[in-house]
Amino acid sequence: MQIRRKSFLALGGLAAGTTLLAACGGSNSDTGGGTGSDPSDGGGAGGGASAGRLVIWADEEKAPALEPSAKTWGEENGIEVVVEVVPGDELQANFITANQAGNGPDVTMGAHDWIGNLVQNGAISPVQLPSDVADTIAPVGIDAITYDSQTYGVPYAVETLALFANNELTDVAEPGTLEELISAGEAGGAENILSLPIGESGDPYHMQPIYTSAGGYLFGKDSEGNLDPSDLGVGKEGSLAAADKISELGEQGVLKNSITGDNSISLFAEGKAAYLISGPWALADVRDSGIDFTVSPVPGFEGMEPAAPFAGVNSFYVASNAANAGFAQQFMTDVATSPDVAQAMYEANPLPPVNLQLREEIATSDEHLMIFAEAAETADPMPAIPAMSAIWEPLGIAQANIVGGADPHPTMESAGEEIAAAIG
Amino acid sequence: MTSTHAPAHRARSTSVPAVVTRIAVLGITLAVTVFIAPVLIAQQSWMWLAVLVLSAVGIFVLYSTKHFVPGKYLFPGTFFLSVFLILPIVLTIGYSFTNYGDGTRGTKEQAVGSIVASSVQQTADSPRYTMTVATSGSPIEGPFELYLVDPTDGTVHHGDAETPLEEVAPGDVTVADGRVTEVQGLTVLDAGQVNTIYDELMELAVPVDESSAVRPLGVNQAFVGTTVLQYDEATDTITDTSTGEEYTVGEIGDSRYFVDSSGERAFSQGWLQSVGLSNYERLLTNSAVAGQFFSAFVWTLVFAAGSVLLTFALGFTLAVVLNDQRLKGRRFYRSVLIMPYAIPGFISLLVWSNFYNRDFGLINEMLGLDLDWFGDPNLAKVAVLLTNLWMGFPYMFIVSTGALQAIPDELTEAARMDGASPLQATRKIVLPLLLVAVAPLLVASFAFNFNNFNAIELLTEGGPFPDGSGRGATDILISMVYRIAFGGSGADFGFASAVSVCLFVLTGVLAAIQFRFTNVLEDVN
Repeated sequence: MQIRRKSFLALGGLAAGTTLLAACGGSNSDTGGGTGSDPSDGGGAGGGASAGRLVIWADEEKAPALEPSAKTWGEENGIEVVVEVVPGDELQANFITANQAGNGPDVTMGAHDWIGNLVQNGAISPVQLPSDVADTIAPVGIDAITYDSQTYGVPYAVETLALFANNELTDVAEPGTLEELISAGEAGGAENILSLPIGESGDPYHMQPIYTSAGGYLFGKDSEGNLDPSDLGVGKEGSLAAADKISELGEQGVLKNSITGDNSISLFAEGKAAYLISGPWALADVRDSGIDFTVSPVPGFEGMEPAAPFAGVNSFYVASNAANAGFAQQFMTDVATSPDVAQAMYEANPLPPVNLQLREEIATSDEHLMIFAEAAETADPMPAIPAMSAIWEPLGIAQANIVGGADPHPTMESAGEEIAAAIG
Repeated sequence: MTSTHAPAHRARSTSVPAVVTRIAVLGITLAVTVFIAPVLIAQQSWMWLAVLVLSAVGIFVLYSTKHFVPGKYLFPGTFFLSVFLILPIVLTIGYSFTNYGDGTRGTKEQAVGSIVASSVQQTADSPRYTMTVATSGSPIEGPFELYLVDPTDGTVHHGDAETPLEEVAPGDVTVADGRVTEVQGLTVLDAGQVNTIYDELMELAVPVDESSAVRPLGVNQAFVGTTVLQYDEATDTITDTSTGEEYTVGEIGDSRYFVDSSGERAFSQGWLQSVGLSNYERLLTNSAVAGQFFSAFVWTLVFAAGSVLLTFALGFTLAVVLNDQRLKGRRFYRSVLIMPYAIPGFISLLVWSNFYNRDFGLINEMLGLDLDWFGDPNLAKVAVLLTNLWMGFPYMFIVSTGALQAIPDELTEAARMDGASPLQATRKIVLPLLLVAVAPLLVASFAFNFNNFNAIELLTEGGPFPDGSGRGATDILISMVYRIAFGGSGADFGFASAVSVCLFVLTGVLAAIQFRFTNVLEDVN
């Protein structure tokens, strides 16, 4: 069959018009989620939040834990809640980008040390906590989400480091000092005394208890108790003492660059290390391995400062461009005031909660987790200031190099100079 | 007769599938345009709107008529080339003149908005009211009034943007479960409706006294708060109403921020602005950065050339050996040798990365060595090259095997007759003939390895970092750019763009040289 040209054009126009109408119809039914015809709904077309549908971003571990309780909350409040999984290591950057483009989520979950970066990028809105909530949440949780005397999120769990001991490889399950730990580990004849991830680019987070015990600090505090980026501790006296200690431990073979984030937990779980410094996320693997283990606070050096690991507080944040700011803020208030969501999340993914009531409830059932919870009370909340991003890389590289045999003082000093230059 | 008539007839009419395809393409184009245009207008991305409209117009002009026949064929390629190649390059060049990065992503208005919004503070001891929103008009347009119940004594207050809070006569409202559910003469909004107008409610801010106002918190609560910071557009200053301090726009480095009286940066929020050539200046004049760029460039060349030469040498040798008719089980050996090619590169690289571990790695354990593969810069480079050799030789093997089939056996036989050894025959006869066919592939392989980000990032992550700087000993240029743009020390897209532009220029120059080289080779032939 052959068609003449004129009728082809007419047909084409007709078909194009029909498709166009269909597209319009489709778009209406997509955005008409019960809340009507807000023309700015178009911003949600990128796959993120749109009015009437509260979108929460969480990483692959926390999303399944959050989903049921968040859905229940949504049903109670008459809104559909969607929990989207975003890989943990990309969450922060993706959130900033998506929020700015207007197709981000309404609420995101993340560690509290993101706050500085999220605020400087204008990505999150402050959250006003009810005055009585402070009494129900562990102080470290409130501290962590407070930035520039404003509260920016709702904390629900706190992570910190503790010492795992393999009871078959050592007689001292809870060493009081690092020296005691080393001699007990040597006496036990373990392949490795201590499993602490370092790698070639370092891991200042896991190194922090050792660094602080020897007198190192990252940033000083001003008169109001806020962190002061101009008082940088890296390269100063305490950090040099820490560098000496780290160098010593490297020479003794207690710290090894060959132990990385990928193999540190498995080395311990396979019985190849007497001790492990890790967080509550290691509990599942260590329990599954079936070894007889003890958890205790990380010890410091004899006669030096106590070891102060970082506390990392997991929190919920409200996106500054949330399509459902009202419901997002509502969600914050409800999560902060009732431990239900935290409880459900704890049951699905055991992390030490910041809610004191919930913490009491689990005190009897999970002794290991309680040790982490207690250790978090004496731990330092990770600094959330934007200047912190300048710390990780140079300090980590310096520590790794010192463990690898580099001259401790000049290495630490040049890391300090590099950080100071980056902060500006 | 028919021979002149038939083509003319075909030119005026079209077959059914062609018509249907055309209609579908044009229909989809129109639908997509009409669907996306409002979104782009809402997001104010005028550039993409222009791209969209222009390409839609282009498609209609080209494909709805019988004219522009060459254009019909040229358009798709040109379109995708422009949108996916030229446009990103133009954008990258654009960003390389800005300070785009963490803290400076948005506009100045966004930064000011964020600074002011972040300064809202809850008045101490003020109650948290349960909030009901009511309107005398429509639930979308307003005007809105807030009805608040004080949870401590149960009193009901109401107010709107103009009227400060006042107590409500008990008969006017119905209170149930501690919140107002009905208001005489007004429509009460449900939670979904409150959510929809939330931004306007935030602006509404029912005044309590001179400095503080009632603000909504979620869809059914409200609190009394103060906006501590206020922005004055006329003077371009931010004032702290609690202390009276003024913050003005000042220059720090090459960007502008709000600064306090002593010139210190007062807020972390900055905004996107043009910084001229300063990113390029930093790259070319800062000796540390320039040194890093140069050493990364040298290593990139070594890495790319080394990878190509090693993989080709091994692949070619194996191909020649396995081409020998006297060898039994050649097919088996060939399939075994292609194995590395069959494993996804991501997996190979991650597995190899563990093999090199000094204390627990397969290589040291099997060979009884104590080599610090990833701790020593030179060994790390060797490790990278070795792994890339393992990953890449099967490709060269396949290519060489194929090309060898095309070289007639008579040539080598003739060489033998003339007294050449097998090695000489291979080197003087087979290799030059093979190179003519394979050289373009070697060039392509070089270009691929020049930007082989995976090989570095998944194997060594750029490490080790012996001089303590942000560039690792095994970082090639592209992984160095990645570390600058997304690395641990905060995103710096502006500077990374400047490095990318330099990388782009370098790649272009190298490609030009290589093409000259290949031409020479063909001339010889």
